[in-house]
Amino acid sequence: MYRYDSYDQSIVDARVEEFRDQVQRRLTGALTEDQFKPLRLMNGLYLQLHAYMLRVAIPYGTLSGKQMRKLGEIAAKYDKGYGHFTTRQNLQYNWIKLADAPDILAELATVEMHAIQTSGNCIRNISSDQYAGVSADEVADPRPWAELLRQWSSFHPEFTYLPRKFKIAVIASDDDRAAMRLHDIGLKLVSKDGVIGAEVYAGGGMGRTPMVAPLIRDFVAEEEIVSYLEACLRVYNRYGRRDNKYKARIKILVHEIGVEEYKRQVEEEFAHMRELGLNPPTEELDRIRAFFANPAYETGLSEDVDRTDPAFALWVDRQVTAHKAPGYAIVNISLKPLTGIPGDASAEQIELVASLAEQYSLDELRVTHAQNLVLPHVRKADLYAIWQKLEEAGLAEANLDLITDIIACPGLDYCALANARSIPLAQKIAQRFADAERQAELGELKLKISGCINACGHHHAGHIGILGVDRKGVENFQLLLGGSGAQDASLGQITGPGFSEDGVVDAIEKVTDIYLAERTDGERFLDTYRRIGMKPFKEAIYG
Amino acid sequence: MKILTGNDLVSGDVIWWAGDGWSRQVGDSADVGDHGDDLARTEEAALRVVGAYVIDATLTDDGIRPAHIKDRIRALGPTVRPDLNLKPNDADAGNWVI
Repeated sequence: MYRYDSYDQSIVDARVEEFRDQVQRRLTGALTEDQFKPLRLMNGLYLQLHAYMLRVAIPYGTLSGKQMRKLGEIAAKYDKGYGHFTTRQNLQYNWIKLADAPDILAELATVEMHAIQTSGNCIRNISSDQYAGVSADEVADPRPWAELLRQWSSFHPEFTYLPRKFKIAVIASDDDRAAMRLHDIGLKLVSKDGVIGAEVYAGGGMGRTPMVAPLIRDFVAEEEIVSYLEACLRVYNRYGRRDNKYKARIKILVHEIGVEEYKRQVEEEFAHMRELGLNPPTEELDRIRAFFANPAYETGLSEDVDRTDPAFALWVDRQVTAHKAPGYAIVNISLKPLTGIPGDASAEQIELVASLAEQYSLDELRVTHAQNLVLPHVRKADLYAIWQKLEEAGLAEANLDLITDIIACPGLDYCALANARSIPLAQKIAQRFADAERQAELGELKLKISGCINACGHHHAGHIGILGVDRKGVENFQLLLGGSGAQDASLGQITGPGFSEDGVVDAIEKVTDIYLAERTDGERFLDTYRRIGMKPFKEAIYG
Repeated sequence: MKILTGNDLVSGDVIWWAGDGWSRQVGDSADVGDHGDDLARTEEAALRVVGAYVIDATLTDDGIRPAHIKDRIRALGPTVRPDLNLKPNDADAGNWVI
């Protein structure tokens, strides 16, 4: 894992003291709310429906046990005993007191964490593949580049006041586990003639105008990635619209001027960047890369897993993924218990996972954009012990990528922007499809719920997506089919008129019935939808 | 009736104007008539509230009920965490917001 150097630490420490002074001035009235709001947002502090909400950055979703433990301690000490893992691999606290915010940031700084780049029109926290560094199918570990981009983008003077927020994802596998093409810029590391570089995608995103990012360059050499992104951002910063926040994202610019024209302008700017010689020193990337070198994996480990306990065997089959090192496995921890809240974890559960990471996963864990957790380096011999501890803590649900592994934004239960509640609907769907055999029969089925058009719940990218809207003060839910955030990225299509909360659960059941009736061998729900189209589903739903 | 709500500046708690100060209980709300915006400005300047705004509400047999679901959820607390809302012993409290 990356460790702060003295520059990183001093920047974060100074930021805490600056914010402490700003909070003090707000509490004494020296700053009005209008003056204070942009300052608190730059430190991840929002005013939400019930209280202040603090969003903590988890760069590319990677945490040490110590960092995770600190997140749990903060939940217990300053919040109401829990936190919420988000679709951007971050963590949110829902009940923060303004006066406590500087102390919380100071505690985070002691474990090399902060809340910078979690709000505002800047380059946001960089996201990545939760299996980075442990997946056999990657060309390189994407995290050194994600970390390099974190350092490049932090307080970048030119990109602190962009037309709108800007999200970047970095992956290095053909399997896209980070919804890369639904980001403002997506980087996919590739190998060309033995040289590492990146495919660059620009202009993707969800929200009210969803778009899948087109490829704008098929190869940028690794040493030039930062300069190329600088060119991409410069063109966006110059021409992105500032007159209308709903048209201010880069996807609108790329769409309006066209991919070819955007590419032309970026290439022109890139040529200029090359003359300036602003590529980061190779030594710096090497320094960062050294932090992500393979840990000292044990050799000669057994591949055997005792599957005598059927509940454990079921969990292994669903939650454990292949690791690149012999004798090791990747453990996916579900934060989707059938009666729980997607992405929520109690302080005790956070502490447990921190301990498991320290004891069994070489002191490392990951947060996924699907609001689950990952222990990336687990000896297969330790799987049963881990499962037992997860089971005791209510964290052993075996539903990865199944219909109950639902992504849901906080919705109207917590969010000031929401129009409808996402969480109660997720719970109703999970209970309707609770039977494990039924879930397994349906197979991979990614269901995603957003409580408003801003799409934090990624409903556009759900095989089944649900968008909550406000219809004359009453919650109403639109149903979408056919979206994907994976390597086969696509946007879901609305089925037709919306439903009540109970009505949309019934509609989903009809949709899955059609899938089961129409699928051919090996077809996922998404495959069947793509083959037979919307019509049969629509007929089943609306008659 | 018109009532005034906002968040406590220091704690962030949802609060309701009760006529002579702020309450955590929507049921204590006072009808602010046409004076809500003036009250909001005064109370914000006094650092007692942030983000204050006037909403429509009705007086029902169950007490004061904000007109919009968003404000009813603000009044109750998250419907998915009965242990954290204002009626922790009422399993059906969430239905009040619908």
